[in-house]
Amino acid sequence: MSAETPSKLQKMINAGHLAVTSEVGPPRSADGVVIEHKAKLIKDYVDAINVTDNQTSVCRLCSLAACIRIKQMGLEPVLQMVTRDRNRIAIQSDILGAASFGINNILCLTGDHQHFGDHSSCANVFDLDSIQLALTVKMMRDEGKLLGGHEFEIRPQMYIGAAANPFAGPNVGLRVSRLAKKVAAGVQFVQTQCIYNMDTFKTFMKMMVDRGLHEKVAILAGITPMKNVGMAKYMQKRVPGIDVPEDIVKRMGGVPKEKQAEEGLNLAVEQIEELKGVEGIRGFHIMAIEWEEKVPEIVERVGLYPRPQPAA
Amino acid sequence: MRLQYPPNVLIIEVPCTGKVDILHLLMAFEQGADGVIVVGCMEGDCHYMAGNLYAKKRVFRVKDILDRVGLGGERVGMYNLSSGMGGRFAEIVREMTGKIMELGPSPIRIATGTATRAAGEVAA
Amino acid sequence: MIKAIPKPMEEIIGNVQDCRKLLIAACDGCVTVCEAGGLKEAQVLAAALRLYFTQGGKQAQVDETSLTRQCEKEYLAQLSDRIDQYDAVVSLACGCGVQYLAEMYDKKIVYPGVDTCFLGVNEERGLYTERCQACGRCILAETGGICPIARCSKRMLNGPCGGSEGGKCEVNKDIPCGWELIYERLKTLGQLQRFETPTVPKDWTTSRDGGPRKIVREDLRI
Repeated sequence: MSAETPSKLQKMINAGHLAVTSEVGPPRSADGVVIEHKAKLIKDYVDAINVTDNQTSVCRLCSLAACIRIKQMGLEPVLQMVTRDRNRIAIQSDILGAASFGINNILCLTGDHQHFGDHSSCANVFDLDSIQLALTVKMMRDEGKLLGGHEFEIRPQMYIGAAANPFAGPNVGLRVSRLAKKVAAGVQFVQTQCIYNMDTFKTFMKMMVDRGLHEKVAILAGITPMKNVGMAKYMQKRVPGIDVPEDIVKRMGGVPKEKQAEEGLNLAVEQIEELKGVEGIRGFHIMAIEWEEKVPEIVERVGLYPRPQPAA
Repeated sequence: MRLQYPPNVLIIEVPCTGKVDILHLLMAFEQGADGVIVVGCMEGDCHYMAGNLYAKKRVFRVKDILDRVGLGGERVGMYNLSSGMGGRFAEIVREMTGKIMELGPSPIRIATGTATRAAGEVAA
Repeated sequence: MIKAIPKPMEEIIGNVQDCRKLLIAACDGCVTVCEAGGLKEAQVLAAALRLYFTQGGKQAQVDETSLTRQCEKEYLAQLSDRIDQYDAVVSLACGCGVQYLAEMYDKKIVYPGVDTCFLGVNEERGLYTERCQACGRCILAETGGICPIARCSKRMLNGPCGGSEGGKCEVNKDIPCGWELIYERLKTLGQLQRFETPTVPKDWTTSRDGGPRKIVREDLRI
């Protein structure tokens, strides 16, 4: 947690509070109003709002435009940026653009491959990967320099984030290693992939702590409430990198259909309560996909509402 | 066994159907064959291990080619039997001959004017 | 080597259907190895086209031949004495050969007969997989002999991504995760420390991104 930025999320974490972030998915149209609507639903319950960047390669209103709108509402956006669709020129250009509107948080991602989305025949870019993106932001912020060498005065002041997936291959040890590499590249906070396998996640956190990484990077545990057993099965079988243990699927399927949403929320609340006690956890990233209206309830039930207001 | 089967069949013997090349099959049609069958040993019994499996793949390839160039893949086929199954052989030949009679002469013979009867017609 | 597959028959027919004299030119190089454009394939294609023309009532002559390579004018010259008589040539060489043939005989219509796919290896007969993207600056020394640019779907240099699961790529379960392969290899070689340091952005100028490439070996030229 080296460089200090005006980021409210960073201030919250540095003040020792458990941070809460959530996300807003932009629309597949030019409708900016829906972003305002979603942001308003959650604004009092979170410290920062992520905007996804053409997530799963489905073309949506861009994260940058949505983040500007959220910033202009007086809220704290986190610009998610993937390297799939932009080369280093466009990436640095967008970072300067975001910074010019005072956006102080960026989540550096490589991005899902385009075959998942609605434009699977496109060319992809991948000029950089997520780690190289973090290196780039750090250089722009700390040295006022672009990758091509140009130096400039008015610098982005961004709190650098990345994703971590303790559940992806080849093994937990390498995922920790990779996180160490991200930290070496300048990453200051991490939002993990949504957690269902507590054992694996706790192993990951223990390895992190053993390496002392928890003092260098703030881990926000990813939580996604299940809406129904269909969602549980879908995530188990069809989404790469997500580990849904069988007992979770059974639990969701074990209650009648009309009670499943409630059960999913109960599970999310239990997960957060359990993770509060895990060393190295500095907060939670609640990804309630197309279910943003439940974020307030979750935050309230885990006792994280109202949000503390750290000194500026 | 002196079984009866139609006389319009030209038999070409090979040591193994694995010796049959795609070009042999295409050449037969170029030279005016109305139909070609490849008759090999039962799968798993090939004396040369996999000759009849290669033959099967080649016959499928030729079927595909014949479909795409306007002759029709039904004019070629692969059958498997053991050398003791004389009755089955006669049956296969009768079956294939019947099919070809229905399909009519090969478009090659029609185009080159060497067809002697139309589809469905039986010799007097 | 270069790996290619035969073009669909309909596409070739679509190009040549109005020809009366056609030459199918095979290549003894890469396309012979992957059984897409060698002499054998040329003979099969020529026979198939002759059947097509004849059944359609068209008079056409379809000849076949093979050249040692089509990426070298010394070998392409072997066609010079007879190419004039043909309305068109279908070249079964890779994209390089087709272009060079067309360049040398620029007044002759030349059609491609195969789709050139990638640089790869023969895992078994009939099973070919990509290994190299010809990026122009080989980093195999750093990755245990496995290329992340060719074998990682996102050509990451600091992989694996979060979609790597069970050793497979998120794009397709038939694709092994390139970075998991690299990890296992580096582990075998005792070089896992290579995982700890970030690799900086790549200079892509030696790749396709820098424009069409050229090698000039002054040491070989007089």
